[in-house]
Amino acid sequence: MTAFKLAFRNLIGAGLRTWLNVGVLAFILILIIMHFGMLNGWNRQAVTDMIAWEIGGGQIWQENYDPYDPFTLEDSHAPIPNSMQGEIEKGNLAPVLITQATIYPEGRMQSILLKGINTVQQVSELPTADLAGDYTEIPAIIGTIMARNARLNVGDLVTVRWRDVDGTFDADEAVIVGIFKADVPAVTAGQMWIPIDRLREMTQMPGEATILIADQEYTWYGSEEGWVLRDHDFLLKEMRDMIRMKTIGGSFLYVILMLLAMLAVFDTQVLSIFRRQKEIGTYMAMGMTRSQIVRLFTVEGAMHSILAVVLGAIPGIPFLIWLSNKGWAMPVDSEGFGMAIAERIYPAYSVGLVLTVMLIIVITTTIVSFLPSRKISKMNPTEAIKGKLQ
Amino acid sequence: MENNEIVKISGLVKRFPIGGGHFTALDGIDLTFGTGEFSGLVGPSGSGKTTMLNIIGSLDCPSEGTAVVLGNSVGELSHKKAAKLRKESLGFIFQTYNLLPVYTVFENVEFPLLLLDMSAAERKQAVLDALVWVGLTDKVKSRPAQLSGGECQRVAIARAMVKKPQLVLADEPTANLDAANSHNILQTMVRLNEELKTTFIFATHDDKVIKYLKRKISLEDGKVVKDEQK
Repeated sequence: MTAFKLAFRNLIGAGLRTWLNVGVLAFILILIIMHFGMLNGWNRQAVTDMIAWEIGGGQIWQENYDPYDPFTLEDSHAPIPNSMQGEIEKGNLAPVLITQATIYPEGRMQSILLKGINTVQQVSELPTADLAGDYTEIPAIIGTIMARNARLNVGDLVTVRWRDVDGTFDADEAVIVGIFKADVPAVTAGQMWIPIDRLREMTQMPGEATILIADQEYTWYGSEEGWVLRDHDFLLKEMRDMIRMKTIGGSFLYVILMLLAMLAVFDTQVLSIFRRQKEIGTYMAMGMTRSQIVRLFTVEGAMHSILAVVLGAIPGIPFLIWLSNKGWAMPVDSEGFGMAIAERIYPAYSVGLVLTVMLIIVITTTIVSFLPSRKISKMNPTEAIKGKLQ
Repeated sequence: MENNEIVKISGLVKRFPIGGGHFTALDGIDLTFGTGEFSGLVGPSGSGKTTMLNIIGSLDCPSEGTAVVLGNSVGELSHKKAAKLRKESLGFIFQTYNLLPVYTVFENVEFPLLLLDMSAAERKQAVLDALVWVGLTDKVKSRPAQLSGGECQRVAIARAMVKKPQLVLADEPTANLDAANSHNILQTMVRLNEELKTTFIFATHDDKVIKYLKRKISLEDGKVVKDEQK
């Protein structure tokens, strides 16, 4: 306790030098919490959006389906087993039939995925109700990314060409009946959603599906040959891996920033020990042991970080709360990022995050403060009292 | 050790390595200091005064011989035990005051008591008493940089005396002070010696100090050449 009291007095007495170090540490502390809060917020938002728009409570895939291999699409469809029909009718499962197609907007050619979905489904936020109605053309909804890339607007007609189950090409006009905004590229980029019955008719795959999306509240415990359950862990893995990579990448920057701050603390400690030899000698004369003096200097250095936590909280707490309410606007380009990312990310700070960052800064500063302080234990008190450099 | 013996030095030799050889700062000293003495080690620069004071203060160790301070043989004390001896029983006054620059007068005087783990109320009372002894009650919140040399040395005396040590070691306490301040300081120390029965040992070559000493031990080239009682 005495060491803390003395260290605090010494630090406050050191004036500007202390406040510069504390300021830098406080800034880094806020920056690190903000950065990891952003990543947490992105993760949370992306999971929520993906569940709402794309994956629901999980998906059941036809066993050949591989979203990363378009060549598997030809074989990744099968009649929906009878055991699932009841769940579809109850609205617990929404079948989706996927096939490759080409559209010709304004005479250009663009490969897309044509996805057929039940117009009355409730498992996804997709506005499939827009697809209901009697249309001569194929009614289609597309996402904003697709609309921008293909320069399509509501009411536009576009030629669609596809192949049926036997590989025969066919083509027809599609009419854009809705454009939706979603932060999930898997439902917006290069995709056109049409009624599943229409697609089955077009491809001559009656009663078939490629995947079934489960309702968020529904868990499929069934087991059907030829169909595989993909749960959240599987479906969110890629996005979580990406965020993990971002976290690691971002950490390097903060390690460098921390190193700079630690260099400043180390430098201050070294300078302190050289400049304050007379003081160290006086401490010894008054009865402090060498280890007590080493502890005093270590605590003094470490208290930079404690002061940084206290002072950083003054602007940091209101700033971080403001940011979590206001969000951080992402650049327009982030839409084509390939991952679920919202226009605005709202940081999420957990107690664990804040405590971990604080603990890392306090422990690192303590170690960095201790290293130069060890020199004190080799000092000759009679020389130190005179202030002679040793 | 007799009851009133506070320091007993026998055959004390202190050598310092210099280049390939060594320099003998103290050469076979035999001395005894009793309780309540107001003594001084007197001699020119390099005669060994400060070295002897450092050994008595357990800041340095003898090369040969023994220095027993309050029953503790200095050469045999561990760092921790030597620190304990200094903390509990010894007070130091330095030529350059050695006040802690970032502390106020109160905090400087309070410092030795913090090491003794005294309660805040006891500390406060003891510090105020010490500041009354040296006449600095009006400077409680001042920092050393705001004080004159004489005032700084009085703070140093208060700091040395605040824990009421048995022995105070003063190394050239008036070297940086003018005549008026020197007398003022010395009168304060004489008064404390008489009132509290604290033993004072000085290292000095200042005539102003020597006049006040009750016992003058003259050193030359590391040897005691005269030991006079007044």
